[in-house]
Amino acid sequence: MNEMIQLSDVLLFGAVLFVLSLAGIFLNRKNLIIILMSIELMLLAVNTNLVAFSSFQGNMHGQVFVFFILTVAAAEAAIGLALLVLLFRNKHSINVDDLSEMKG
Amino acid sequence: MGVEKFLFYVFALTAILASLGVVGSRNPVRAALFLVLAFVATAGVWLLLQAEFLGIVLILVYVGAVMVLFLFVIMMLDINLTPLKEGFARYLPIGIVVALIVLAEMAMVINPSFFGLDSFPSPVALSATDSNTKMLGQLLFTEYLFAFELAAVLLLLSIVAAIVLTLRRRRQSEALYQDISAQVSVQASDRLTMVKMAPTVKLKEAEKGVDHE
Repeated sequence: MNEMIQLSDVLLFGAVLFVLSLAGIFLNRKNLIIILMSIELMLLAVNTNLVAFSSFQGNMHGQVFVFFILTVAAAEAAIGLALLVLLFRNKHSINVDDLSEMKG
Repeated sequence: MGVEKFLFYVFALTAILASLGVVGSRNPVRAALFLVLAFVATAGVWLLLQAEFLGIVLILVYVGAVMVLFLFVIMMLDINLTPLKEGFARYLPIGIVVALIVLAEMAMVINPSFFGLDSFPSPVALSATDSNTKMLGQLLFTEYLFAFELAAVLLLLSIVAAIVLTLRRRRQSEALYQDISAQVSVQASDRLTMVKMAPTVKLKEAEKGVDHE
């Protein structure tokens, strides 16, 4: 076993986080709040990969991108939760199955 | 095993267990708290990778703001939890199978033979005078200045969108809402009335009245 942190360790950590949140979207496909949280977790896994490559290649541009992704994720969480509140106000439920009016 | 690697395993295992808790917990409040733990542990991993500014920002912005917003919304809504958990057991096998296949495919690429220390040697430890925040700021305010300003506009947009979406349509606060059809179909005669006045006014009587009072 290596003494130092390898790039593959961090990438594997990001992959496990990503896969777990993917499974979370499958398993909790009725609960809109848990789906939103799984999306946040997925973005976190992607950001971890960017930070890892940025650190191991000595290139700061990756961290700038993480900064922008954090901004977009915060905006997405705010608007997503606003939509959730609006949905609950109209339907008194956050079940995804109740959102089938468009019959797509 | 070095200290850094030991800390990395501690933080990574905590984050993975916490995200298992997010996926599997029945109660959304508990899931949100597990998500906070996952964020904090991942911030620790980022600190180990010498991304100090982003690690702190992750805790301040995510744990301090976004997750508090999540908890606030969860507790504000009175959610009936029983129908939301119906599909969990039914989709558990297929979920695990898909997740394991995706993980195995990723692990075929991300393994130490391609991304080990041979091809990517450990980063040089920065000295105490090198500031991660300064380096990030120098890039952000020169090369990425336009994108930075766009991000500011995006945040403003999301504030406006969130407020507009959740504002209650109460009739008392009509000044807040535009009635666009009324505004478009307004006529000049609705706003402006022509008053006919006599061309002469008796000045003396008017002045007397003021003096008496």
